[in-house]
Amino acid sequence: MVDATAKPAFVLRLLSRNRIVKWAPLLVLSALVLFFPLIEWLEDFRAGDAHAYLIDSRFFSVRNAARIGISATPALIVAIGATFIIIMGSIDLSMEGTVSVCAVVFASVFIGLGGTMLSWAWLALPLSMVAGAMIGFVNGLVHVKLKIPSFMASLAIGFVGTGLALLLTRGDRIRVEDPVFRALLTERWFNFPVMVYIALVFLLVAWFIQSRTRLGRNFYAVGGGEELAHASGLNVERIRLLGFTLAGTFFSVGALLAVGRIGIAETATGNNFMFVSITAVVVGGTALWGGIGGVWNTLAGVLIVNVINNGMVVVGLPDFLQDAVLGILVITAVVLSTDRKSISFVK
Amino acid sequence: MYELRKVDKKFPGVHALKAVDFTVNRGEIVGLVGENGAGKSTLMKVIYGAYQADGGTVTIDQKVVRFHNPRQAMDHGIGMVFQEQSLIANLSVMENIFLGYEAQFVKSGIINWGAMAKAAKEQLAKVKLDVDPATTTSKLSFVQRQLVELAKVLTLEERVDGDLVVLLDEPTSVLAREEVELLFELVRELTKRASFIFVSHRMEEVLELSDRIYVMKDGEIVDVVEQADADIRAIQHKMVGRDVDTQYYREDQQKPYSEEKLVSCHSVSLGQRYKDISFDLHRGEVLSLVGTEGSGREAILRTIFGLNCPTSGHVEIKGEQISKFNARTSVGKGIGYVPRERKIEGIVSGMSVYENMTLSQMQSYSSAGVLNTAAEKSLAREWIERLGIKTPNEFKDCGGLSGGNQQKVVLAKWRSGGSDIILLDHPTRGLDIGAKEDVYDMVREMSSQGVGILLVADTLEEAIGLSHTIIVIKDGMFCKRFDGKPGGKPSLFDLVHHMI
Repeated sequence: MVDATAKPAFVLRLLSRNRIVKWAPLLVLSALVLFFPLIEWLEDFRAGDAHAYLIDSRFFSVRNAARIGISATPALIVAIGATFIIIMGSIDLSMEGTVSVCAVVFASVFIGLGGTMLSWAWLALPLSMVAGAMIGFVNGLVHVKLKIPSFMASLAIGFVGTGLALLLTRGDRIRVEDPVFRALLTERWFNFPVMVYIALVFLLVAWFIQSRTRLGRNFYAVGGGEELAHASGLNVERIRLLGFTLAGTFFSVGALLAVGRIGIAETATGNNFMFVSITAVVVGGTALWGGIGGVWNTLAGVLIVNVINNGMVVVGLPDFLQDAVLGILVITAVVLSTDRKSISFVK
Repeated sequence: MYELRKVDKKFPGVHALKAVDFTVNRGEIVGLVGENGAGKSTLMKVIYGAYQADGGTVTIDQKVVRFHNPRQAMDHGIGMVFQEQSLIANLSVMENIFLGYEAQFVKSGIINWGAMAKAAKEQLAKVKLDVDPATTTSKLSFVQRQLVELAKVLTLEERVDGDLVVLLDEPTSVLAREEVELLFELVRELTKRASFIFVSHRMEEVLELSDRIYVMKDGEIVDVVEQADADIRAIQHKMVGRDVDTQYYREDQQKPYSEEKLVSCHSVSLGQRYKDISFDLHRGEVLSLVGTEGSGREAILRTIFGLNCPTSGHVEIKGEQISKFNARTSVGKGIGYVPRERKIEGIVSGMSVYENMTLSQMQSYSSAGVLNTAAEKSLAREWIERLGIKTPNEFKDCGGLSGGNQQKVVLAKWRSGGSDIILLDHPTRGLDIGAKEDVYDMVREMSSQGVGILLVADTLEEAIGLSHTIIVIKDGMFCKRFDGKPGGKPSLFDLVHHMI
């Protein structure tokens, strides 16, 4: 009964629910960035050693920004992969297994082919991405062809991946010490390591896919109304398959950056990616039932998660609080992004 | 007995109810009509307690009452029979009837199913429905479910001291004509037990059933008429504030069709849904399938669109026999499908107007998978203009448009992609009079441009008025073919005679 053409007062419009929901992730991020230096300042003030707010902050510094950038980078790329799936209204929980397999495949092949980027060993990079794509494709096949709910299919495949990585490494760590590859971390432009810029390039690629390609549009259509997408002649199964394959490819790029960051590939490389990436996507404001959100939301979400993790360390709060804070944040994000007037019950 | 005095309701930016006076007397059937957006549903919601009025008073037997939720309204004898059937499909009939009121059958935490079944049987007898109360609700037909719903509301009779007021919101929308008759007969009988408020888009039905009719427009009651004085034309005039053309059939606007066959069905059958259906759809022809609810008309449309595969017979589209039934092939052959459930199969809400329009034809707006959004947008602007779609711009979320405008977006989607076979399933369902007229105009325009249209219409008048050819389907079988050329249209009686 609400007249769509009615124009509420300007202020009301500025503060409208949709607008708040749209910008909430960015607001939360900004608030956090101002909050941690404040805690720092208060602590120093109490110790009788007041410094200038922000200017002399350890948190609010280029060095720390680079640190956040480094820790956020692999998670960002993995979360972008998950974003596409969540826009489709599905969910992919295979990222830990996929990242581990891709990291291990890359490292073994890289070492096996000579162990330096200046030899044929660089082939390990595309090979690892192919491996990621294949795992994603299998995910999609299990989900679409066997008609298994995506969360179950991908969770199971993820476990298979973790097992496979363990089988390949026999529990060992594989060190990747090639200076050219490690330049991802060690080479810095404007204080930020190369891997941050690479992640930005992939973010732009993902944005292009999301907004300028048929596949991207199809993701939104499937997430917004699968029946309708089908009745408009879209091949929904194919779109799902491609979606999972794309996600797998992004997971593998995340894996490569993770190896670049620590110089080690092992079964545990994938640990914690599931929680961080799903949290980031949701906190960023992409709706879990599909159709709404995008990769920029995910960027904000990843930064929120990493700023909290980093900030709590910098101001010296106990790190076991981090997960609790993140958990509360996820619920807040879902509460904010859910229009509870239209959905009365949730299963 | 039940009375609203000067009831007001405001939403941000909308004055939904303006000083509404509304009375229901004991044993009376009160009709409520108005265009979409006139305030009918808001008024209903205030009555059954889902909304609270901002101003004015509600009285029952001269006592002022105030409901904070539907449960409180029910405790005062006000029950709602929902338009979207609100029964839980996987529960049994009796569980649905006593949902939320099981306590009376519970002893030390255990439900006495026998007692519940017996009580349910009594309730079902009120609506003359003879089904086992333990039946799973999903096994019932639409009309049976509607009756169960009514029985559920009538349980208030035993629970409440005063009189009952039962709201019927579009109770006939999913029923076929003879089922409507049954329902009306029942409601008339039930006036011994309760008063009714009857809301419907179907004006004739409101006139037929109601003792008194309230006419709403823009949140106000603009007229109250007694059944004896009621006149459809006068009421419609009040509702819209403009003349509705009574030259319903507009025969002069109907153009003859060509001989070119677009769709040919040869003895097509689909299990028990429909059997041995044959017909030809020609270029520029409007062909209506008429029949009762469940006669198999929708299934035939869905087969032609490739959403289900026939068990025997074959379908030719533009002279080519279809070997593989799926939506992609059909879309590729120029078929467009405008489904009944706009929200599920019509538009993607959350996607913009232009994205919805190109959804079925993205290959034409992309190369190597990359979209040309500029071309998409200019296409959308062109069709917004052509069909007069009321939207501020092409970026607007399609879910925010009114039903009529969403329908236009769906039509634009197919027409802009060059579809020349359009399947329309209840295209005017739930639309107000103005929006319906727009849809009729679009159908006529498409027909004159050489589009073949297969129509399952909302009403028989619609079918007669728009069609060149009318095929009556009864129990899934071809029953009778009528020529609907100008001057020689069949009468309602001709059709109904063969339908039932």
